[in-house]
Amino acid sequence: MQIQIEYYLILSAALFIIGVTGVLIRRNAIVVFMCIELMLNSANLTLITFSSYLGNSIGQLFVFFVMAVAAAEAAVGLAIIIALFRNKRTVNIDEINIFKW
Amino acid sequence: MNLEFILFIIFAAISVSSGLLMITRVNLVIAALLLVVNFASLAGLYLILNAQFIAIAQVIIYAGAIMVFFLFVIMLINPEHEKKFMDYKPQLKIFGVIISILVFIQLTYIILLSKPSEGVSREVEASVKAGTIEQIGRELFTNYVLPFEAVAYLLLAAAIGALVLAKKKFN
Repeated sequence: MQIQIEYYLILSAALFIIGVTGVLIRRNAIVVFMCIELMLNSANLTLITFSSYLGNSIGQLFVFFVMAVAAAEAAVGLAIIIALFRNKRTVNIDEINIFKW
Repeated sequence: MNLEFILFIIFAAISVSSGLLMITRVNLVIAALLLVVNFASLAGLYLILNAQFIAIAQVIIYAGAIMVFFLFVIMLINPEHEKKFMDYKPQLKIFGVIISILVFIQLTYIILLSKPSEGVSREVEASVKAGTIEQIGRELFTNYVLPFEAVAYLLLAAAIGALVLAKKKFN
């Protein structure tokens, strides 16, 4: 019995929704960031599923680029979090409102 | 029930449960370590899907580099502990969870409705061949060499940007 492609897609949707839920219910900037990584990974899982089932390596190439962009995003985002923490002494995203007045 | 299916069930259960545990933990370090478990189980799923190179890259880049970076930042700033799940604005959080569950049901419905497996017959040899480092490297350095260079510049820009942003003073 082969695994149907739907199983992978539903698992990927579940992981994405877990990430969205984390972004919605958590107020800590670092956890929000980790949830974004989780969502990127669920998209990667979909790409690799289709790449494997179609026998085409372009999807895996795209996952490689997504990983590079995720690394860049994590570096810049965590630097922003460090800079914010240095100025505001908090990483709670409800209290970070320096662009509001 | 062959081995592939059993492994899929195990890795899927690990990834979903570690994800759910991750978004509910108050302790940041435990959440980061659960995310490492999640990435490792995803690497296992990639191996089931015959994507060897991406599985290894997943372990090295995500579970290795990015999560070490996260743990390093958690150690650096040592933030105050967040309140427990239901202490702060519980209605808003329940609303968010309900919305997410509704979206998940919608997504599952659409996936099952569209029947993506009907037009796809998986050829194992082709998928094994597509996942080898030889095939990916050939594509990367012939047809996709321009995006590859662009990603290299993106990483350079991100490294310089992170240095500038995290610096103590601008002068």
